[in-house]
Amino acid sequence: MHPYNPNEDLILKPVRKVGMADKFLWAVLGGILLLGIGLYIRQMVMGLGVTGLNRPVYWGVYITDFVFFIGLAHSGTFISAILRVAGQSWRAPLTRAAEAVTLFSLPFGVLAIITDMGRPDRVLNLLFYGRYQSALLWDVTAVGLYLLSSIVFMYLSLLPDIALMRDKLTDLPRWQHRMYEILAIGWQGSLAQFHRLEKTLDGMAIFMTMLVVTVHTVVSWVFGMSLQPGWHTALIGPFFLLGAILSGTCAVVIVLALLRKVYNLEKVLPLRLFNSLRKLLITFTLGWIYMIIAEYLTGAYGNTTEEMHVINSKFYGDFATLFWGMILLVFVVPLVIFLLKGKDNIGWMVFASILVNIGMWIERFIVIVPTEAFPRLLQHLGEGSYLPTYSEVIITISYFAGMALLYAIFTRLFPIIPIWETAEKTVEQMAAEAEAAGLAAPQAAPTDKSVPPVAVPGAAD
Amino acid sequence: MPRWGMVIDLDKCFACQSCTAACRMENNTAVAGPDQAEMGRAVLWNEVLPFLEGEYPNVTATLLPRPCQHCDNPPCIKVCPVKATFLDEEGIVEVDYQRCIGCRMCTVACPYEIRYFNWYAPTWPEPLTAHLNPDPETAPRPAGVVEKCSFCIQRRRKAEQQALVEGRPFTATDYIPACVQTCTGHARYFGDLDDPNSLVSKLAHSPRAMRLLEELGTEPKVYYLKQG
Repeated sequence: MHPYNPNEDLILKPVRKVGMADKFLWAVLGGILLLGIGLYIRQMVMGLGVTGLNRPVYWGVYITDFVFFIGLAHSGTFISAILRVAGQSWRAPLTRAAEAVTLFSLPFGVLAIITDMGRPDRVLNLLFYGRYQSALLWDVTAVGLYLLSSIVFMYLSLLPDIALMRDKLTDLPRWQHRMYEILAIGWQGSLAQFHRLEKTLDGMAIFMTMLVVTVHTVVSWVFGMSLQPGWHTALIGPFFLLGAILSGTCAVVIVLALLRKVYNLEKVLPLRLFNSLRKLLITFTLGWIYMIIAEYLTGAYGNTTEEMHVINSKFYGDFATLFWGMILLVFVVPLVIFLLKGKDNIGWMVFASILVNIGMWIERFIVIVPTEAFPRLLQHLGEGSYLPTYSEVIITISYFAGMALLYAIFTRLFPIIPIWETAEKTVEQMAAEAEAAGLAAPQAAPTDKSVPPVAVPGAAD
Repeated sequence: MPRWGMVIDLDKCFACQSCTAACRMENNTAVAGPDQAEMGRAVLWNEVLPFLEGEYPNVTATLLPRPCQHCDNPPCIKVCPVKATFLDEEGIVEVDYQRCIGCRMCTVACPYEIRYFNWYAPTWPEPLTAHLNPDPETAPRPAGVVEKCSFCIQRRRKAEQQALVEGRPFTATDYIPACVQTCTGHARYFGDLDDPNSLVSKLAHSPRAMRLLEELGTEPKVYYLKQG
């Protein structure tokens, strides 16, 4: 049995037919991705010398990408897990779209760090010889666990909808239908199954909430655990976490607006969703500027030589354009838009969200590079400089293309709005109705039959 | 067991950079070439760093030869995720080139910036290729791994073998790195810091002795005798 959702056909429409426009989009994105792969192979053969990295700027665009993509990934978990724990029911229609952002940005975060490795062929050494004194291994563990649990969390919340497609979309190509059959692992939609699913999702949401805090804090500790000026601060963890949730939520706004437009989902993604997100985003932007002030005021007031080299380079020096640009892009302009223009206006919301995400990428860069460019032995070594090469730029673009490609394909294979979570009548209500009707007509027996004590995989049909 | 350390007398050093050259020939560090060096990719395990203070006409110049500091509390080994860099029992920070994954976490963690990354496979100009050190321990490192000054650790092995062949016990004075051997001004001293009678240990306790970035608590085993 499936919950009753009057918008079922509307939500399933993108799954029914893949048009020429889709194939064109996939081809373009796939082409960019292939270009990136080609350049990566070139980098593997020739060495990391093809990048602009040097001594002392050993980490650059790739590590920035890593932090940025892990940050984007925080949207899904934030919206579907934290808001689930907090009992915010308005989030239901956008959970899956947000979780998909998580699921498809995480792999590119992992790829970015592998791209940055000098010897990717030795990546398994992390398993054979891994030592937990290194913050990098904390990262491997945290991100690995995050990827794994995001997949499980997403799959579990997809399960009733996959079963629905298995039962209702019988006219699809054979392979596709077969895929749903396998993935549905015998889901029957009985009351007991729904209860068990809700319980599991609630439990997992608590676990995911803890993970979301841990993961981005640990990502920041790769920097924070070293002694370098500008990195070695206790605030770096919470700062990264808040930035992650800010950029992630903005990514969700962009994705939702696109889905709404392209798949005509105005009915299921109403304007009020964007208004709720707007309130969250106002809070996060203010939180972000609070962190900036806390961090830079502490550093500048302390006025130690090493810290001041880094801070001055951001305030007035080589990185001033990027730094003040970042403040404009992440804080000033978006806050004004969110406050004055964002209400009931999706266009402005999307525009501000794009600005925030560009700004957040710059923020990651501005945390990483200036510290490296101004080492402690500055007066001996001289100031470092770094200019990314086209390899790094195109590989970065190809990550975004890859993420968009996976997302686009996903929306054509699975409903991007959770049908069962946005249903008008849950199975429980339907069962109650059927029971009430059953007093008059005893042929409503199938309801009872669909409540087996244990769900047997494969026993669906 | 000795605890190897080095003392560099800045009064005696006249920045001839023969230590830099000797280090390259002993350890087969790659020649980056002018373009790469301009980008900051020159590999100089033993760089002589200029330190200019003041403005014209009152300028003081300090020239500071900087090998790996071989810290007793090295920030670089803490962060290595695969134990490719480690402190050996005689206090030398070593790198396992076969295990290094090239994440460059150690290079950003080292406050002295003494760790170098192989951006490309190593190359040498034609005349130099004939003079590479044939010792297998100094075989050129592949692209993508980190390398650094090892106090010419291959020389320790050779000195130990020599002592064995000659049938006498190995002593701390048998082994010196190439930079110490070659130092034109006799500005470098090398030996066992734990032996209170060794020259290095005495110099390390001199009132002129100082260490780089001592406030970080890294406990370097390279001491400088201040100019003056």
